[in-house]
Formats: sequence, C-alpha cells, structure tokens
Amino acid sequence: MLKLALGPVLYYWPRLTMFEFYQQVAESPVDIVYLGEVVCSRRHELRLPDWLDIAALLRDAGKEVVLSTQALIESGAELTTMRKLCEHRDFLVEANDFGAVRNLEGAGFIAGPHLNIYSEPTLAVLARHGARRWVAPLEMDRSAIGTLLKTQPAGMESEVFAWGRMPLAFSARCMTARNRNLPKDDCQFSCIDYPDGLIMDTREQKAFLVLNGIQTQSAACCNLVRVMPEMADMGISVLRISPQSRDTLEVVAAFDKVRRGEWQAPHAAVMLEPLAPGGSCDGFWYGQPGMERVA
Amino acid sequence: MIELVCPAGSLPALKAAVDNGADSVYLGFRDATNARNFAGLNFDEAAIAEGIRYAHQRGRKVLLALNTYPQAANWQLWREAVDRAAGAGIDAIILADPGLMDYARNKHPGLRLHLSVQGSATNYEAINFYHEQFGISRAVLPRVLSMQQVEHLIRHVKTEIEVFGFGSLCVMVEGRCALSSYATGESPNTAGVCSPAKAVRWQQTPKGLESRLNGVLIDRYQPDENASYPTLCKGRFEVEGETYYAIEEPASLNTMELLPQLVQMGVKAIKIEGRQRSPAYVAQVTQAWRSAIDACGDGKRRFAIHPSWSAALDRVAEGQQHTLGAYHRKWK
Repeated sequence: MLKLALGPVLYYWPRLTMFEFYQQVAESPVDIVYLGEVVCSRRHELRLPDWLDIAALLRDAGKEVVLSTQALIESGAELTTMRKLCEHRDFLVEANDFGAVRNLEGAGFIAGPHLNIYSEPTLAVLARHGARRWVAPLEMDRSAIGTLLKTQPAGMESEVFAWGRMPLAFSARCMTARNRNLPKDDCQFSCIDYPDGLIMDTREQKAFLVLNGIQTQSAACCNLVRVMPEMADMGISVLRISPQSRDTLEVVAAFDKVRRGEWQAPHAAVMLEPLAPGGSCDGFWYGQPGMERVA
Repeated sequence: MIELVCPAGSLPALKAAVDNGADSVYLGFRDATNARNFAGLNFDEAAIAEGIRYAHQRGRKVLLALNTYPQAANWQLWREAVDRAAGAGIDAIILADPGLMDYARNKHPGLRLHLSVQGSATNYEAINFYHEQFGISRAVLPRVLSMQQVEHLIRHVKTEIEVFGFGSLCVMVEGRCALSSYATGESPNTAGVCSPAKAVRWQQTPKGLESRLNGVLIDRYQPDENASYPTLCKGRFEVEGETYYAIEEPASLNTMELLPQLVQMGVKAIKIEGRQRSPAYVAQVTQAWRSAIDACGDGKRRFAIHPSWSAALDRVAEGQQHTLGAYHRKWK
C-alpha cells in the first residue's frame, strides 16, 4: 500500500498553531512526518528542542519522523543548524542540499526534492552515499519517474509530491519583505501574517505564484489524488502531502480512503477540489507546464 | 591576476572574447546538455575544434558547459558529450549533476572539472562534497551570496572559486528554480532554457504592449516605457493591490566596483554572463573588464572605475540598469 507522508510546513505559523497542528497529525493516518524549518533561518517560533519534542510525540504515535534540512544554506549559523540535525541520529534526516548530504554519509537519509535527482547515475551516487529514499524533483513527469523506478537500487524507496502549493524556487531575496519595502535582515518576520503565503497575481488579476519569504511557490495546488491508482501500480512508495493552513487533515483523510479502496480516486478528486487553494494543477505529472490541469 | 571568463555562443563571439582579453572562454554544444540551449546558438564539432585552436594558439583556455541535468530517458547523451569534450581537448568541463561528475571522474581522470552555478552549491559543505567525491577543481557560486558569505566560504574550501561579475541576473538560486517549467514546461534544469522564446507572445492592446509567456501576462508597457524580454521573474505583478516588480527588476548584475575586494578575498575567476548575447556585447564587456582587472592587479593599489568602462557596460545592460545584487547586503 502507498505510504502517506506529511511534508515540512513551508510557512511561518505561530508556535501554538504549530503544536496544535502536530497534535492532530499524531492522530491522523499519515505514516511519515517531515519536520523542521526548511525555508528561512530567521523564523524562530520553534527551535530545535521544540522540533525534537514534536518528533518524540509523533514517534510515540507510531509515525516515521524525518527532520528536514533547510534548502538554501548560506550563513555559518545555517550550517551549524544543519549539522546539528544531521548529527541527531535518533531520527532520520531529509537532505535538501549537498552540504547536508556530505554530513549524512552512511546515515540512511532521505534525498529531498531539491537535490535534482533526474537520472539513474545520480540516484546511484546518492544510494552509495547512504540514501534510502529519494523524492522526485517537482517538475519531473510520470514517464521519467517510471524510468527511474525501474532502475533504482534494491531497497530504495521513492516519494512524489502529490498535494499542495509547490515550492518552485529559492532566492537570496525575501519577496515578502520586499513587498513591505523592508530589508531582508529586518523583515519584521512578516511571513507570520501569511499562513499560506502571499498571492502574486498577474495584472489581469489571475493568481500566478505565491511569495513565501525567500521561497516562491505555485499559486495553484498540485493535486494528484486522481492518479493514485496509477502511482501505486508504478511502484511509487510514498506520496507527500504539503501542509496548508486549512483542511490538511481532511486531505490526508481523503488520500487515505483512496489508498484503502474506500473511495474511488475520481470521487476523491471531486471532494478535494474545494480544498485546493488556488485550484488544482497536475501538469508536471503529465510532462506539461506545471500550472496546467490535464486530468 | 584574477582570471576573466567570458561567454561565447558562437565562433565569432569566441574570437571577440579572445581578441579583447578573455583568459578563458566558455561555450556549449548545440543541444540540451547546456543551460543556454537557444536556437541558432552554440557549437558543433567543427566550430569547437576551430574555437579551441584559436584560443590555444593565443594561450587562452576553453571551458565547456555541460550544466543541465541528464534526464531519465536519455542520460547517455550527457555522457557522450563528456567524451566528446575530452576528445576535443577542452581545458575543463562545467558540470552540475553528480551522476555526470562521477562518470567524468572515472572515465577521464585527467579532465578538469568545474562545478557549475547550476549545481546550487551555496555553502562550503556542499562544495567540499563535490570536491571530495569527484575532484572538482573550481566552483562557480550562485548569485545569492553576500560578500561576507563569499569570503567566509573561500576560507573553508580547497577548490578555486569563480563568481559572476556581470550580466543578466538570476534572482533565484540557479539549479533550484522550476518557475519556467511551471509556466512553459521547460526549465534550465531539464531543457537548458528559461522562459523559452517559443512560449513568448507580444501583443499591442488598448491597455498597452503586452508580453505573455504561455498565455500568462508577464508585463504590460506604456508607449514611453522600454519593453524587456519576458523572463517570468522580471515582470510586473500585483501583490495586495500594488503593481510592481514583485520578484526582480530587469537589471544587470555589475560587480566591477567590488573587484579589489574580490581579488583580495581570493576569488580566482570572474565570470561574464551572456552566451545568448552578440559578439559585439562580448567584445565590449570583455574589453571593459580586461581593463578593470589589469588596473586592479593584486587589489592592493588604488582602483577607480574609468568612465569609459562604465559607459561600455551601460550600453549593454538589461533595462539599462545595474545592481550589485546579493553581494550588497541591503539588497531587497
């Protein structure tokens, strides 16, 4: 059966919101939970000890817990944080840059979606280094994923981003601070006002992207619930649901019903459509522009 | 002396770079193996051979960018490109993909490897990974680090460091941006293009001249405004009712005033962006930077930018504007 993973929260939520969220997650049917701040080191509502408390709570609830490293690591302080996560061998770690990979040699880590694993030889390099699961790049289509699944090393698990606004780009610039005309180093933690990011419309008032600090996301919501049977047939191990501020556990429940055969996938797609912020898209899966909706 | 690395999208551009003082020229094959896979651009076998001959006769180096990510269905194409480069006598290849580095290291142990900016190595741990695993000799830094961060990084790596000096500015970490494929289906990682020309439409409308990328309105210009190519992160968008360059203005990166600092902190090479630009651009920019580097020397003497260098760079800058980008910490 497909496993369900909850990706790291990509937004800056208040501390209490975060604790409450993960208490609910502990009781949800997800199998795997990724934890940690992956976007911006200035976000400090939760510190490492808080994350470890949440990790323990989830592990006690039977979840596989993975600590995720920040995707864009620049400063010495960010390197220190990354090393602390990597040294913490009580939990699995998801490496989101090759600095983290270096620190995880032999640790049985997760090769995250930002490592650009597009081909067999690169996956082989990561497997040799200790990766036990790889997450497909956001823009990788089903044919390429299928090809890689056929040649992946024995015992290797695979994971596909199946729900949520997609993290498409990272920058040195903080677009949220820029919106408020604030310098990045004095951002006044503006991200906390946007629990699902800040919508960027075209001049025709069509939502196009979402500004989330130094990260830029899709305005449309990746929604692959309809192709869950196809993904199971292909041999994909894990589907990632990326948390949004509302309805995340309802989404988890729907994915769970489909994998258990309680709901047909097309029915789930209809039920989930109102819960998709910015509407659904699935273009990347079909090798089309990611913003498009094919199925 | 800091090395000047200049772009060549064609043989005339390569010759312009060499004739105007480039120490090295970088180029790509005419296919999806490099991040400037544009129609009418890049080198076939004969042009590469001629380019290498021209450069080597004058004591200059030729670097080959193989800096897209080999794709699941046809990664062998990238390996063949490595073999072709090694056979042609290229001085170094510029790679982004670990699988390809692994191959190059094993198959051609004598071939010098550079880590492409598309490899997204923004910290010394990442660069050390590529150095330890694949013997990378030089890393090109993404355009996201401040001067202080560059200096800190250099102190902790054994490889040479190359930074961007001038040209079109990627505001996103190179190799970590799927915005173009989100809108058009093709990205630098997968197809070697960003905001590809075939997806661009210009239309004069009552509201102004509109530029679209696969139907998405990127910008709209009034008659008195200069229209720019619709690179999707450089358009004007609406956020909370305000219309502005929400991600980045069309502007060129220009770090010439930082040259003495870059030299003193141990940066080994300065890269000029623009394989998609004309031989005339390459000639002008190379000449200005050659003069600046010669004047700067070891970075310890007094350095002032000559007005003629600035004028030359102004003429070719995107949107006729310059920025220090992320090197300048107050950048927002």
